[in-house]
Amino acid sequence: MSYTNPPTVPRKSATFDDYTLSEIRRAATTGIYDIRGGGAKRRLPHFDDLLFLGASMSRYPLEGYRERCDTDVVLGNRFAQKPLHLKIPITIAGMSFGSLSAHAKEALGRGATAAGTSTTTGDGGMSTEERGQSQTLVYQYLPSRYGMNPADLLKADAIEIVVGQGAKPGGGGMLMGQKITDRVAAMRMLPKGIDQRSACRHPDWTGPDDLEIKILELREITDWQTPIYIKVGGARPYYDVALAVKAGADVVVVDGMQGGTAATQEVFIENVGMPTLACIRPAVQALQDLGMHRKVQLIVSGGIRNGADVAKALALGADAVSIGTAALVALGDNDPAYESDYNALGTTAGAYDDWHEGRDPAGITTQDPELMKRLDPVLAGRRLANYLKVMTLEAQTIARACGKSHVHNLEPEDLCALTVEAAAMARVPLAGTNWIPGQNF
Amino acid sequence: MPTIDLAESGLRSLNKQLHDVGEGSNETHWDIINPRGAHAVAVGVNAAIAITIHGSTGYYCAGMNREARIVVQGSVGPGAAENMMSGSVTVMGDASQYAGATGQGGLLVIQGNASSRCGISMKGIDIVVRGNIGHMAAFMGQAGHLVVCGDAGDALGDSVYEAKLFVRGSVKSLGADCIEKPLRAEHLAVLEKLLGQAGITDVKPSEFKRYGSARKLYNFSVDHADAYG
Ligand SMILES: Cc1cc2nc3c(=O)[nH]c(=O)nc-3n(C[C@H](O)[C@H](O)[C@H](O)COP(=O)(O)O)c2cc1C
Repeated sequence: MSYTNPPTVPRKSATFDDYTLSEIRRAATTGIYDIRGGGAKRRLPHFDDLLFLGASMSRYPLEGYRERCDTDVVLGNRFAQKPLHLKIPITIAGMSFGSLSAHAKEALGRGATAAGTSTTTGDGGMSTEERGQSQTLVYQYLPSRYGMNPADLLKADAIEIVVGQGAKPGGGGMLMGQKITDRVAAMRMLPKGIDQRSACRHPDWTGPDDLEIKILELREITDWQTPIYIKVGGARPYYDVALAVKAGADVVVVDGMQGGTAATQEVFIENVGMPTLACIRPAVQALQDLGMHRKVQLIVSGGIRNGADVAKALALGADAVSIGTAALVALGDNDPAYESDYNALGTTAGAYDDWHEGRDPAGITTQDPELMKRLDPVLAGRRLANYLKVMTLEAQTIARACGKSHVHNLEPEDLCALTVEAAAMARVPLAGTNWIPGQNF
Repeated sequence: MPTIDLAESGLRSLNKQLHDVGEGSNETHWDIINPRGAHAVAVGVNAAIAITIHGSTGYYCAGMNREARIVVQGSVGPGAAENMMSGSVTVMGDASQYAGATGQGGLLVIQGNASSRCGISMKGIDIVVRGNIGHMAAFMGQAGHLVVCGDAGDALGDSVYEAKLFVRGSVKSLGADCIEKPLRAEHLAVLEKLLGQAGITDVKPSEFKRYGSARKLYNFSVDHADAYG
C-alpha cells in the first residue's frame, strides 16, 4: 500500500489572530495608534451570564399585565431642592454635540421626553435643539469645560460632574478636525478644523477634598436647587463611590468598560477599566457601608441593551441605568439598510466604529450637512421612545415574575450566575449551587 | 450700600442676596466683611454691581462671574474667577492655583503673584498679573490674553491654542508647542489697553515678550508623536 503524507489544514494562531495581524500591519503603515468609537468589543463577563430565578413555591409572582409594577425613580434628593422624578429607570447618557449631529441630539431629547426620562449633554456644551426637545436635561461639567457657561448651568435640571468614562478611565477626549465645523468650533471656542483634545483632569480641582469645595461652589451658584451627579469610569468602584459620597454627590454614575465613547484609542478601550458587571456590587457595597444606599442614587452604564440587563443591574442594587450605544442603534446607527455605504467605508453594518471620522452613513456621528439630513429627528426620536418602552416592559415582566411590585424591589437573591466569573463579580451563587466565589468558602 | 458680615450671615444668605439683585436695583455697591478664607464667596453673580470683599477668601472666589466688578482686599485661594464670563475681578494680594481657569470673558487683575496653572484652559478672559506666575500657566489656553509683569515659571503655555501670552520678565521654560512670537503694533495696543484697565502705569508695553502656539500639534501627525508623549 502506497503511503502519502496527509497534510494538516492551515492553522492560524489564537494569539496572533487575523485582527491582531491586521492591527500590526496598520500600525506599521501609519505610525499612529488606532482611534475608534464604541466600547470594548472583546468578550467580557456580562449580564448575559446571570439568570433570574423567578417565583416558585417560596415566593409568588404578580399577574403579568394587571398587577402593578412601578418603574419610577427619584434622583438627587440628598441635597438638591429639585430632585428629578423620572417615569422609567433608564436614562440617556451624555454624548457630546460635536461627536453627534444636532439632529441626533434632538432625537435623543425627543425620545427621552416621550418616554418620561432624562437625556444628558456632553463634552461640547448644551445645544439649543437638545434643550428645546428635552424635558429633563442633565448638563455635563467636564474637564475641557467646552461650552460651559453659567447661563446653561442654570437651565440644567441636573449637573453631572464627569470624572471619568468607562471606555477610558484616566483618559481625556478627542474630536478630530474633520468634525469641527463652524458651529462646533464656535461652541468650543477653538479654530475650525483642528483636532480638539479634552483634558483628562479638571482644570481647577484635584482629588476628592477639592471636589467637595467645587460642589459647594456649584450648589451656591445654582442656589442648591439642582441635583449634582458624579460620573466615574469603572476603575475602583468601591473607593470611587465612597469618595463621591464624601464629596457631596446626590447621584453617582458608574460607567463600566463596555461603555461607548465617541473616539478613543483602541488600546485604551480594550485594556483599561473593569467590566460593568464587576463594578456594581462594590459600588453598592460602598453606599451600604456608608448608610447611603437609596439615599445617594446609583446609575450604572456600559453595555446595557435590553430590559433584562436593566432588571439585572437594578437587582444588583442600582437605582437606574444609562444607555449610550443602544440609544444610537435605536436611532439608526449601524443599520443594515446602509450596508453598501458601510462597505464603501471598508466595513459592514454592525462593525462600523470610525465615529471620529464624521462620515457616518446613518447621519448620527457626523457634522456633514448632507449625511445629517439622513436622520429625521422626529422619526428617530419615536424609535428611541419605542425602544425605551420595550426595555421598560421587559424589566417589568421580569420583576413581576419575581413577585415585585416595583422594579427596585428586585434583589441579588433573585439571581444566579452561569459562570464562576460572573458569580464572583455579581456576588450571586453559581447556578445550582450555593457557592459565591470569594464570599462563603 | 449693603454691608454683609459673612461671619454672621453665612455663605448661603450672602450668595442668595447677590443672586437676587434685580436689574435696575439701587443696591449697586456691596461690602462683604469677615470673609475669613471662606470658599465660594460671591459666586455666580449676574448683575452690574460693585462688590468689595474686605479680607482674604478661599477657593473659587467670584466663580462664573457675569457683569459684576469684584475687588478682593486680600488674597484668594485656588480657582479665583474661574469661568468668568464678563465684568472684572481684582485681587489686591496673591492668588493661588488656577486663577482665571477656563474664563471666557472679563478682566482678572492680580496685584500680587499668581501660583501655578494661572489661566489654565482660558477661553477668552484677559488676565493681568502684577507679580510673577508659577508653572503651567495658560495650559491648553484657547483664547484671551495673559499679561505677566514679572516672571513666569516652567512650561508656560503648554499645548496652548490661540491664547496670547505676554511676559515682561524671565520665562523659566516654555511648554510643548509654545514659542516666542514677534510683538507687533496690535499687541502693543492690547498691552496698553490691558495695563491701563489694570491701573498699572509704571510698566511699558514694549518691555514684554509675546508667546503663543506654534500650531504644530493642531492636527495629529506621526512626526510629532514625541510631543504627545
Ligand atoms: C458617541 C458617544 C459620545 C459620548 N460622549 C460622552 C461625553 O461627552 N461625555 C461623557 O461623559 N461620556 C460620553 N460618552 C459615554 C456615555 O456617556 C456612556 O458612558 C456610555 O455610552 C455608556 O455605555 P453604552 O454605550 O454601552 O450604553 C459617549 C458615548 C458615545 C457612544
